[in-house]
Amino acid sequence: MGELAAFTILALVTLIPAVVVVTSKNIVRSALSLIPTFLGVTGIYIMLSAEFVAGIQVLIYAGAITVLILFVIMLTEGGSGVRVRQVNEQVPLGATAAVWLGFLILLVIFRTPWPAAPAAQPQYSAATIGNAFLTDYVLVFEATSLVLLVSLIGAIIIARREA
Amino acid sequence: MDWLIEILKAIGLALVVFTYLAVVGAMLGVYMERKISGWIQARLGPKHVGPQGLLQTIADTVKLLQKEHITPRNADAAIFNTAPIIVAVAGLLDWIVIPFGKLGDRVLVVRDLNIGVLYFAAMASLTVVGILAGGWSSNNKYALLGGLRSASQMISYEIPLALGILWVAMVTGTLSTVGIVEAQVGSGSWAVLDWFVFQWFPFGFIAFLIFLVAATAEVNRVPFDLPEAESELVAGYFAEYTGMRFALFQLGEYAEAFAMAALATIMFLGGWLEPGLPAILWLFLAIGAVAAAAFIMFSGARQSLVVRPILILSLITAAVGVIMFFGVNAGRSPVLPSPVWFLVKMFALVFFLMWMRWTYPRLRLDQLLGFSWKALLPVGLVNLLITALYMLVRR
Repeated sequence: MGELAAFTILALVTLIPAVVVVTSKNIVRSALSLIPTFLGVTGIYIMLSAEFVAGIQVLIYAGAITVLILFVIMLTEGGSGVRVRQVNEQVPLGATAAVWLGFLILLVIFRTPWPAAPAAQPQYSAATIGNAFLTDYVLVFEATSLVLLVSLIGAIIIARREA
Repeated sequence: MDWLIEILKAIGLALVVFTYLAVVGAMLGVYMERKISGWIQARLGPKHVGPQGLLQTIADTVKLLQKEHITPRNADAAIFNTAPIIVAVAGLLDWIVIPFGKLGDRVLVVRDLNIGVLYFAAMASLTVVGILAGGWSSNNKYALLGGLRSASQMISYEIPLALGILWVAMVTGTLSTVGIVEAQVGSGSWAVLDWFVFQWFPFGFIAFLIFLVAATAEVNRVPFDLPEAESELVAGYFAEYTGMRFALFQLGEYAEAFAMAALATIMFLGGWLEPGLPAILWLFLAIGAVAAAAFIMFSGARQSLVVRPILILSLITAAVGVIMFFGVNAGRSPVLPSPVWFLVKMFALVFFLMWMRWTYPRLRLDQLLGFSWKALLPVGLVNLLITALYMLVRR
């Protein structure tokens, strides 16, 4: 009962601001609405007893990525006023993608034989995650860091050219 | 019905923590700030409301509560009014993982999370959202500049802050704040040397310095107070706020500053642990404090303005020294209750932050960012690497 209530509240906290993100005419409001969405997802991580991921979610997404987005918007010319307006010209395309994704998720839900057998909860701790990163998934981990490095260098090159 | 009790418990504890923050963090913090700045600048500070001006902040709070809320006509009202709440709540949430001491076998902490210090860093990083939102929605160029400066500063200094936390996490192998304090429990008469600031000297000390500098920058205090530089930006991101909303920004800021001091205490200064020193050193401390007081009383220094606080401080030090001398000799451990030690260490660090604030001028923005990326970050990384190597070799 409590779990269902918590899930419902978290789902609403995640979904309502998510709608605001895509419908708001004001780009800063869109960016700020990302924060409750991320925090709602954090709550769901906690319900799944993945505390470490939840902490990282707040630190990286709510605390850093959103701030970066806001920062970029405000440094853009004309982005700093309160009366910034934006229009979304890709509604049909986005709607199509969303409908397909929803269809796929529904398909998975109805094809799965419920109740699925409960799997044993994985041994969870920060140390386990660290070990997994540096043993089984080391290639993926390093590739990800390479992508980040490339994007960092790319950003610097783009900024240099304009200066 | 378990979850209902949990929710009631959470609400009750939130009220306790919030009251503590409003009283100790904001009111006492502002009072200390004004008193210490007065002494440093050869003034007296607040003096008239209550004994030694102790009730000045309460009077100010009552005044602020009565002020009108003004929302500027061209501001984005919804965001403008939410921003102070984000800052205050982020400051409040920090305190959930801070253990205050031990009562019997029970640790006085709201919740001992297994991701304690990570949670702390995450909550501290949420403050900047409120600051940026407040700065932008005011529709005022000074506020916006303050918000932008704050964002760039906090993003830069979060990394050295995390490196300081990471050092402790690596050495202890746990993220829980209670676990970190328990890893610093020493034995013998020199137990104090097991605190992380002394352990593995000088690596622990370097990590402590990095954490302290980054924490000062994270809470926007001088010499890193560019977001609210009075002389150039009026008041920075909260220039447009009035009344209680302004007070909420102040509350959030002081809650954050005190929380950083508390976390530094927990991670490097042994949290609630008693400084374990040989009994004879405590006696020397008491004698030294009395001697310093006597020197001040019988020399020209008596004429100086700050003589009374220094005398009071040395008297307290002498009393603690004597109590500890007899306590340690009688074989009692701990001699004084653990929350006392936690608060003593935390306030010492808060005093240090205020001392810095009123002694040094503020940096330029490029100096500030350069210092983080070119000095703190490499030193922190190398410190982490050498410590890891040392751990590996010793094992």
